[in-house]
Amino acid sequence: MKKNTCSSLYTKKVLQTFKNPHNYGKIKNADGIGKVGNPVCGDVMWLYIKVGKNEKITDIKFETFGCVAAISTSSTITDLAKGKTIKQALKLEKDDIVKKLGGLPSIKYHCSILAVDALVEAIYDYFSKTKKEIPADLQKKHDAIQKLGVKHP
Amino acid sequence: MQKIYLDYAATTPVDKRVLKEMVPYFDEKFGNTMSLHSFGQTAKIALENSRQVLADFINADLNEIIFTSSATESNNTVLKGIAFAMPKRIHARHMIISSIEHPCIDETAKWLSRGFEVTKIPVDKYGMINPEDIKKAIRPETVLVSIIHASNEIGTIQPIAKIGKICKERKVYFHTDASQSFGKIPIDVKKMNIDFLTASSHKIYGPKGAALLYVRKGIKLVPLLHGGGQENGLRGSTVNVPAIVGFAKAVEICKKEMALENKRLIKLRDKLIKGVLKIKNSYLNGHPTIRLSNNASFRFDFVEGESLLMQLDMEGIACSTGSACSSFKLEPSHVLLATGLKPEQAHGSLRVSLGRFTTEKEIDKLIEVLPKIVEKIRAISPYK
Repeated sequence: MKKNTCSSLYTKKVLQTFKNPHNYGKIKNADGIGKVGNPVCGDVMWLYIKVGKNEKITDIKFETFGCVAAISTSSTITDLAKGKTIKQALKLEKDDIVKKLGGLPSIKYHCSILAVDALVEAIYDYFSKTKKEIPADLQKKHDAIQKLGVKHP
Repeated sequence: MQKIYLDYAATTPVDKRVLKEMVPYFDEKFGNTMSLHSFGQTAKIALENSRQVLADFINADLNEIIFTSSATESNNTVLKGIAFAMPKRIHARHMIISSIEHPCIDETAKWLSRGFEVTKIPVDKYGMINPEDIKKAIRPETVLVSIIHASNEIGTIQPIAKIGKICKERKVYFHTDASQSFGKIPIDVKKMNIDFLTASSHKIYGPKGAALLYVRKGIKLVPLLHGGGQENGLRGSTVNVPAIVGFAKAVEICKKEMALENKRLIKLRDKLIKGVLKIKNSYLNGHPTIRLSNNASFRFDFVEGESLLMQLDMEGIACSTGSACSSFKLEPSHVLLATGLKPEQAHGSLRVSLGRFTTEKEIDKLIEVLPKIVEKIRAISPYK
């Protein structure tokens, strides 16, 4: 009988990441905080960033209320964004997360989008706090996220 | 790693005694029950003996017992069978169900609402129905009341006999989905005024693929499966004799062991509840005492159910969050919402269901492991 390798819900990488997530917790005096999702849907992500010289993300942490996919994608985005410049980090897409995790079930794709949104919001918050001029594409992304109504209490 | 199964409400392993009983019917006594020759008649005898066991167990008559493939099929057969039997000239038609039914009742009623009005009876914070609410909801156009006997999610046991009495007085058919209660709680369809009953083999250590539909004699149902005339014309299909033989054997075992087994399970269940509720911000779902002997449904603040499940699975412990059938939806359990919980509270639910092979050691292991897992998930959560 041919083995069906697609039958289980999550990939090994997703489960490993879930079991030992990287960079969870708060950053006191964060330079930017992004809060997305809502508890009604069961997915909430808070992302904290510390920005250093040359606009590099020197530290990044997450807090997530959500399923296996939500926790794995949160952990993965912190791995992907850490050490990158703001400009580079803004180029990150959900497919980068999905690729790093070796795949996600289609009903869980929205978790990878949420993780990217959390990063966008954290960076937007950083720009707002430092009163820097907000790049047009960042403003666009932020507006789209806000429009989705992903507010939380 | 030691594997601990605590999801008996989802399904149960086939008891070895049941398996032994079934085997000859696969390759020796394999005849089709409709065949006139000796192969067929041997199979037919086994079928009818099984039917007798089921009938005796719930105090029904032999010809009131129909075998189907699943509780879902039985439930569909009742609701649709009644609906399709109604003459078209009746314009006002009404059905009453509870707000905590299994999806196979919910979805069927939803589909039937194209021609039926469906009223859902609310439950209190324990998931309990007030029979007076059913009394108030019954109208001249009401044809059927269907109320789940014991909740597969939160374990609460409904006052079925009281509801049956009301339905008899108001001349309305009464169906109960007894999938979780059958084999755990004594059922007498005559005393409890039940007109239709659903029960499932794979919930009581029998095989999957066999279920019961009890139909009080004299009631006309339109079959779901038209065909060869099996099951008194009510369910066309070659009868699944091995599964039915297994089902009957499982029932015989339940009959003997039910009372003692319940005592044992209640002790283990209550030990588990006591241990788990020591965790901060943890709660028991369902009624504290009027609940299934094997069901312990909890919820934890600031924790999401799937994460909880998977962490437990990684420790070798198998439970569920909400009903197994709704685990792939992105919506919180409608049963928990019906008890008044907010969505964010309903997401943090954990259903532990014990069974025949559950040991005290397994319960102790869960009590030991769960607090650490909850703590770990809360450490990752923004809400504390």
